[in-house]
Amino acid sequence: MSKKISILIVDDEDSVRDSLFSWFIEDGYKVDCAEDAKTALTKLESENYDIILADIKMPGMDGLEMLRRIKSLKNDSIVIVMTAFATVDTAVQALKDGAFDYITKPFDPDDLSHLIRNASKQISLTKENETLKEKVITLQNVEDIIGKSEAMRQVLHQVQSVAQSNSSVIISGESGTGKELIAKAIHSNSSRKYFPMISVHCGALTESLLESELFGHEKGAFTGAMYNRKGRFEMADSGTIFLDEIATVSPKMQVELLRVLESKTFMRVGGNKEISSDFRVICATNRNLKLMVDEGTFREDLYYRLNVVNIHVPPLRERSGDIPLLTEYFIKKYCTSMNKPPIPIDETVVKRLEEFDFPGNIRELENMIERAIVIGNGKKISLKDLPLEKNIISTSAESLDEQEKSHITLILHKYDWNISRSAKALGVDRVTLYNKIKKYNLKSINN
Amino acid sequence: MNPRDITVISFGYFDNNFLTKVVENVRHQYTCNVILREGHFDLSDFYDAARRQYDANRILLEVEKNFSADTCKTIGLFNVDLFIPIFTYIFGQAYLGGRSGIASLFRLSNERYGIAADNDLLIERFSKEIIHELGHNFNLIHCHVPDCVMISGSYVEDIDQKTASFCASCRSKLMM
Repeated sequence: MSKKISILIVDDEDSVRDSLFSWFIEDGYKVDCAEDAKTALTKLESENYDIILADIKMPGMDGLEMLRRIKSLKNDSIVIVMTAFATVDTAVQALKDGAFDYITKPFDPDDLSHLIRNASKQISLTKENETLKEKVITLQNVEDIIGKSEAMRQVLHQVQSVAQSNSSVIISGESGTGKELIAKAIHSNSSRKYFPMISVHCGALTESLLESELFGHEKGAFTGAMYNRKGRFEMADSGTIFLDEIATVSPKMQVELLRVLESKTFMRVGGNKEISSDFRVICATNRNLKLMVDEGTFREDLYYRLNVVNIHVPPLRERSGDIPLLTEYFIKKYCTSMNKPPIPIDETVVKRLEEFDFPGNIRELENMIERAIVIGNGKKISLKDLPLEKNIISTSAESLDEQEKSHITLILHKYDWNISRSAKALGVDRVTLYNKIKKYNLKSINN
Repeated sequence: MNPRDITVISFGYFDNNFLTKVVENVRHQYTCNVILREGHFDLSDFYDAARRQYDANRILLEVEKNFSADTCKTIGLFNVDLFIPIFTYIFGQAYLGGRSGIASLFRLSNERYGIAADNDLLIERFSKEIIHELGHNFNLIHCHVPDCVMISGSYVEDIDQKTASFCASCRSKLMM
């Protein structure tokens, strides 16, 4: 164990304190003593002890009262009570009040060693648990959401402010912008983070299947319902339910949803028992729900019930400044998963990626990088590994010269800098092409 | 006398040959002068009638006050059942980084557990217990290496499991 476990001994008898002090010091623990409960509580205000070993019978405040006070100050303290006058009642009371264990004086040296070893194990498990929880949250917040652009900063700021509330949230944005990731970030920053986040892809299910998925069903409710099954609302109790593609939900289901969201109670399909569940709703859509309300295809009351907070995730083309970061992240992610060393990427390629339209947003960029790592030579990601020919935004190339330069570059890349084939495609001779390359100072990225 | 030297004082009856062998084992581990002598005080003053045992804390204090010196480490040997208020019994105890300690033979013999006597085993157990308590005087705390003499043990079986030697780490601390 890297850090010494600290123990506070609370007993009014000098001989007990001294004996335990020597015993624990010899075992390498950090030990402190208090002669009564009052002194112990004062010490606990300024110092953190991992284990408190307290006598029950003491003048003034007794050990049980002290235990209750310690627990109200610091609920995760490990308190072991000891007494020379053991009764079942006091033992039960001590354990009810949160004591870790109970030991009767005089005790077998081995019993005390076992007790302290168990308590130490509990302390290290608790600490490990806390570290892992922090790690999970850090992973969720820091590693998965990539973006330093102003647009993403605003989104993350909204996530921070909305996370602590219980309000319903609609996350809007084009497909592939990372709406589910934003929902996860809201969930993991909320007080519901230690409970599940249940995702339902509404667009992937028919009306009857969605009903059964959301509310669950009783055995025999329909053909194939061989067992009782919990619904997603029930599973999300104390946590969050994420309804993706909410715009695809049928009018009948919209009514059902509205009722559940208002009452937080529902019945399983084929059941007659009302079930209540405490969940938070986060929805996502790539459609304009307000427009759908105006057109009459989405219920207005449901829209207002869901749209307490709206977070719009910008498409990748509106935050092209994040592309280098995202590219780097995906290269690292896929190289790690494919057990390859990180593959470098040329700056020219990154620049071309920044100019790309990305109609499929981050998902498209991610797939593009994954493909480049799979099919590339493994030494460097070059333009030929990426399907970028189409869809390059050429708005910056306004002059004829710029247009010409851009087109020649595109053709050269397409034919892997084969001058004869490129010249043929451009309808010029090789000399003309060489002159143009010289004029525009074009260079192959593989050189 | 060197401060690292050891004085072993026997209180009560011990066979001379037995003690000579024990002292030899101690000398072998500490590689220093180990002097064996006899001491006397009335143990009945330290007897707790309710527990029918002897108060180790007070005995240790007596050894510390009247038999030990700054010039060496002193260990008192007894053949009575020792206790401290919190524990049902102890084999011995010592001041960590101090100058004195005590050890008892009482709970180390096979006969106490209904097994045939074994004098060699008894010498080995008592030697280990004395080396262990003296280790505390030399500022060593309990060790986690299974065969190191400084590992904590509550039963005779635990004493039998370990060796009379120090592990490399405890040995290096001892040399400092």
